[in-house]
Amino acid sequence: MKLTLWTYEGPPHVGAMRIATAMDKLHYVLHAPQGDTYADLLFTMIERLPKRPPVTYTTFQARDLGADTAGLFKTACQEAYDRFQPQAMLVGASCTAELIQDDPGGLADGMDFPVPVIPLELPAYQRKENWGASETFYHLVRKLAGAHAPPPGSERPPREPGQRPRCNLLGATALGFRHRDDVTEITRLLQQLGIDIVVTAPLGATPADIARLGEADFNVVMYPEIADTAATWLQRTFRQPAVKTVPIGINATRQFIREVAELAGVDAEPVLASEASRLPWYSRSVDSTYLTGKRVFVFGDATHAVAAARIAVHEMGFDLCGVGTYSREFARDVRAVAKEFAVEALITDDYLEVEERIAELQPELILGTQMERHIAKRLGIGCAMISAPMHVQDFPARYSPQMGFEGANVIFDSWVHPLVMGLEEHLLGMFREDFEFHDGATASHLASEGGHAVSRPTAVADSDAAAAADTVNATASVAVAEATTPATQTDTAAAAQDMTWDDEAQQELRKIPFFVRGKARRNTEAYAREQGLAEVTLDTLYEAKAHYGNR
Amino acid sequence: MSVPGCAKPAAVPLDVIRERGQREVFCGLTGIVWMHRKIQDAFFLVVGSRTCAHLIQSAAGVMIFAEPRFATAIIDERDLAGMADMNEELDREVKRLLQRRPDIKLLFLVGSCPSEVIKLDLQRAAERLSEQYMPEVRVLNYSGSGIETTFTEGEDTCLEALVPVCPQPPADAAQQLLIVGALPDIVEDQFRRLFDKLGIDNLAFLPPRKSSDLPSIGGNTRYLLAQPFLTATADALNKRGAQRLPAPFPFGAEGTTAWLQAAATAWGVAAETFREVTAAAEQRARSAVARYRFQLADKSIFFFPDSQLEVPLARFLHNELGMQLCEVGSPYLHKVHLAEEFAMLPADVRLSEGQHVENQLDRCIEQAPDLVVCGLGLANPLEARGIRTKWAIELLFTPIHGYDQAGDCAELFARPLIRQDKLAV
Ligand code: SF4
Ligand code: SF4
Repeated sequence: MKLTLWTYEGPPHVGAMRIATAMDKLHYVLHAPQGDTYADLLFTMIERLPKRPPVTYTTFQARDLGADTAGLFKTACQEAYDRFQPQAMLVGASCTAELIQDDPGGLADGMDFPVPVIPLELPAYQRKENWGASETFYHLVRKLAGAHAPPPGSERPPREPGQRPRCNLLGATALGFRHRDDVTEITRLLQQLGIDIVVTAPLGATPADIARLGEADFNVVMYPEIADTAATWLQRTFRQPAVKTVPIGINATRQFIREVAELAGVDAEPVLASEASRLPWYSRSVDSTYLTGKRVFVFGDATHAVAAARIAVHEMGFDLCGVGTYSREFARDVRAVAKEFAVEALITDDYLEVEERIAELQPELILGTQMERHIAKRLGIGCAMISAPMHVQDFPARYSPQMGFEGANVIFDSWVHPLVMGLEEHLLGMFREDFEFHDGATASHLASEGGHAVSRPTAVADSDAAAAADTVNATASVAVAEATTPATQTDTAAAAQDMTWDDEAQQELRKIPFFVRGKARRNTEAYAREQGLAEVTLDTLYEAKAHYGNR
Repeated sequence: MSVPGCAKPAAVPLDVIRERGQREVFCGLTGIVWMHRKIQDAFFLVVGSRTCAHLIQSAAGVMIFAEPRFATAIIDERDLAGMADMNEELDREVKRLLQRRPDIKLLFLVGSCPSEVIKLDLQRAAERLSEQYMPEVRVLNYSGSGIETTFTEGEDTCLEALVPVCPQPPADAAQQLLIVGALPDIVEDQFRRLFDKLGIDNLAFLPPRKSSDLPSIGGNTRYLLAQPFLTATADALNKRGAQRLPAPFPFGAEGTTAWLQAAATAWGVAAETFREVTAAAEQRARSAVARYRFQLADKSIFFFPDSQLEVPLARFLHNELGMQLCEVGSPYLHKVHLAEEFAMLPADVRLSEGQHVENQLDRCIEQAPDLVVCGLGLANPLEARGIRTKWAIELLFTPIHGYDQAGDCAELFARPLIRQDKLAV
């Protein structure tokens, strides 16, 4: 038994639902009590899908338990088949039905449906959502494509001359982090390379499409968490090699292009030469200097965490201070990247552990999931999303892939956004003890944004800025405000002791942007006091600047 | 108005569709989402699966910024191997939890489908843990499982669990009025003021805001249900000798007046006093509601079964706003508790109990109502078909009881239609 406040992944049958909902003409009959129908809202509310997931729940009740839950299941199967006329059906049990052992697979098998029925055994007390999705996709592929498998041991016939190379795009699901846009981006990229796509699956595929997977020359595994198992089986069965580089980030995209081109026997150079991303230039642009050495913490599913870690270090010039994942199945990849960058890997699905690690590391930016967004908010640290689980706002209306060259643009923008900007950064360096500009404070351009900005304590002396920031999300920031109050009070107390400024110094002070003026005053006065000066002059101001100016 | 003590069920309207099939309703665990805010020193520990944890987190819609006062002890395969082990595991998790949260005075162990199917005895566990932690922490248990409870019934089973630990009143205690059902604090305060003016000052609420303020319950207790889904709680109260005051539910001007009247009658409040106290507030409610008549009058509404608030709300929307009732579905129709409501509904209303969601969707789409009240899973798919919807769960998170919320309640239903008129895309 394990105490859980928030969970990164749902149960494995939710993974199966992500496959079923991504596809057309497939129906899932799930032996489950009524409360489990909540899962529909993940798709209709969070992803805002305009259709119900193609799932029929048996919704058995306590009074059915002694009676005929198996009969209920059979009725549900029959009604679902009659009503939805799917090309194939998935049948399985949720956690509760697993305990009553009705054997949905066996029951459905006995009903002789004229379409393939794929029984799913997804152990709910051991496994979780992504595994459930992967397992479901694998069984679907095995059953439907397997019917067209060549005799074991036979070689793949060479491509007909004149035939363009063809591949499948595997792994995109419903409720995936930017899966829909990634598919568009990668499809475009492959087209540029002169490669045709046979099937994109599961997203948008029908069972009949799945049956055609064997026609492609090779597979592109977009999301290993979902499609690795199926791709491995396809490789074995159809001798289809798989591209396993995940094209998130510039370097990974370049490598992906080379890898795909080589498998397809096409020339990568024209596409590489026409590279359409601003990330490399933006990162080199002089104003990005302030990104240098920002300490970032990365947490997400393994694929996105690994990609984010590499981008952070190589493409943004950040310092990685920690990386982790909740996908235990892919922990090895995350451990490897952690080793590469000499940080500790955090492999856990315990939200509290992640929170503790972040609090300990005090990064300047968190790249994470919805959970880390909450942690970030609580700790007053900037945060950008890189992975599921997500909230409704992480399904943006605009095109925003993570993969390919456009994905790199999106990533650059969304990671830089939560950070303090260049000028502010300098002032921060100069007056770094300012409680308003402690490492966790939100950038001033975010202060009025509602959602995720952190409001600052109100007990501030000289502060038009604080007033503006404090309109933000009063309830949500209570905890933060409480946490920072003691420091505030000391600061304010110190500032209260008067120190005279001569005219020149006062005028100079007014030239400093209002949002750091209070800090400038305080630092300068502190410096003057330290030096045993009775009055602040222009010189004192600049001496103080020199004193605090460098990190 | 019937007299307390002789609750004679009014005739149930004839046209009730009773269906069995897929139910698209949350389970009782959902109640935790509002109950954990209501009782400020209580913690809800679900003993269940990852599904249960995921349900509460998803039903809450947003994550709560403060550390929530609920959690799930997730059963895993090791637990399923042996029961003795499982109780130890539970004890360990409870210990950790209480160390972490010394502010907690009342801990609910909440049963789920998995804990019930494997027959984990949470009552015994609660007794054992109570013995260990009393007087600092009381441990109770109830079921929020989907095989036993739907959506709001989780509040019912939670309150039911509180009744036995409510103190006995002294033998000579004066007649006491108990309001049963979780209400927003502001609504409680409004009702308290009204009852006060009526001269009913021996007043208590179940649940209380703090577990240390549990009301006494006994033969001197007359109670008003503030929510229509409190079947088990009412039974438990009756067992303690308390008597229910039959009344419609306090939604809208009419419902609120009748609800207050039931208490006033039982307390022998003079008719004049009653009018004096309620007339102005009732008038205020009527004008607040009237503002939305324009949008809602003659519009048709279809209720999918969800919160069990459907019947009283349908009555309010029909009687005070002139809406046409297509179908009023409810997970459960309590013949006695709803008797006064039934009597106020139009005679030809079509009710449905239970659910076969596919058939019901067929009926709904065929009737093309102007507004549908349904759960979160159905709302967007209906919107995509051009049917405006109101999420039922919002009715539990928004103050809608009493005179001063009657206008807000009407506005909740008007908003989707107002929005429809505004949008030109
Ligand atoms: S229906 Fe049962 S298994 Fe599902 S979430 Fe509710 S209590 Fe848990
Ligand atoms: S705080 Fe942000 S992430 Fe959390 S629920 Fe609210 S909007 Fe979603």
